[in-house]
Amino acid sequence: MNFGKQLKEGLLTQNPVLVQMLGLCSTMAITTSIANGVGMGVSVLIILTASNVVISAIRKVVPDKIRIAMFIVVIAGFVTCVDLLLQAFVPAIAASLGVFIPLIVVNCIILGRAEAFSYKNGIGASFLDGICQGLGYTAVLLVMCFIRELLGAGTLAGFRIIPEQFPIGVLTLPVGGFLVLGFLIAAMQWALSKSKEDK
Amino acid sequence: MDQIYKLLAITLGAILANNFIFSQFLGICPFLGVSKKVDTAVGMGIAVTFVMGLASAITWLVNKFVLVYFGLEYMQTVAFILVIASLVQFIEMFLQKSMPSLYTALGVYLPLITTNCAVLGVALLNIQENHNFIESVVYGITGGIGFLLAIVLFASIRERLVFADYPKSFEGFPIALVTAGLMALAFMGFSGLKIW
Repeated sequence: MNFGKQLKEGLLTQNPVLVQMLGLCSTMAITTSIANGVGMGVSVLIILTASNVVISAIRKVVPDKIRIAMFIVVIAGFVTCVDLLLQAFVPAIAASLGVFIPLIVVNCIILGRAEAFSYKNGIGASFLDGICQGLGYTAVLLVMCFIRELLGAGTLAGFRIIPEQFPIGVLTLPVGGFLVLGFLIAAMQWALSKSKEDK
Repeated sequence: MDQIYKLLAITLGAILANNFIFSQFLGICPFLGVSKKVDTAVGMGIAVTFVMGLASAITWLVNKFVLVYFGLEYMQTVAFILVIASLVQFIEMFLQKSMPSLYTALGVYLPLITTNCAVLGVALLNIQENHNFIESVVYGITGGIGFLLAIVLFASIRERLVFADYPKSFEGFPIALVTAGLMALAFMGFSGLKIW
């Protein structure tokens, strides 16, 4: 497996959020500020990579029938670690992400990659897959955060860019999450169909 | 009397003002995945309501009498997901044996519910908000009803979207998300009900 191809798949052609439509809940819920996006993106990146490696390592000893339960236990273990670490070192981000950190357990990206990739591939490839898919997820989060924080709150990573009376406040509300993600996926579908036509 | 007011507030909040889908973003995957037809949406909604009610009751008991008792609160996430997964499995077997008609109606949706974040979400929120046992169960069931309401309304709009004329790149998920966004806007009108 070469890294360049996997990276391209993770970021663009097989992007976990925009193409595979996995992990939509957290994508819409927490992307109201860049700080949240970075916190969530890095957490998912770490958990996805770690669980991919472990699942790939134990794939030969786990009976087929109970594999989903095993995946969930492994993932839940890592999620608990990350949750405790965040609470200890960056309590502000842990508080603003709230219930969505423990909910990474049921984030379909992680379970999806476990089932579709790391259960069938070697440790090295699974490690790379975790990093690439995690980066793809983080990239989408950051784009959403950028749009919603800049236009919705008028700030970027806490610094005021647009004067207070102008921002479109509704973008930071749930409505904004649905709309921005809808338009992003549409843009992605347009871009992918465009690049297919060119070929 | 206070208790009744609180339950009423929880009910109205979970169904309308703080709807799980439209204001908390919990359970989006099944919401978008199984909302192409109204009858499947009804099936999914009922299954979710059922599991959410039971799961809130059981996870509350597990938390109170096992985790807190042994000082293991940090194991919450692991314990809850295991409880939910085995609960769903158990319900599936129980329905298969004793109520085959209900099983054939809900069967396909049940396994999906394990990874529905609304179920784990309601369990965690109950603990976070310090709900007592009755409040937890009410919150679970009404949260499920809120989900049912949202998914049925959404499915009936989506059935009509087939005839709509929109740009080709919006096909599938994007147009569904934009529709959901407009519905969330409508549900924001209920936020005035939060005063209790």
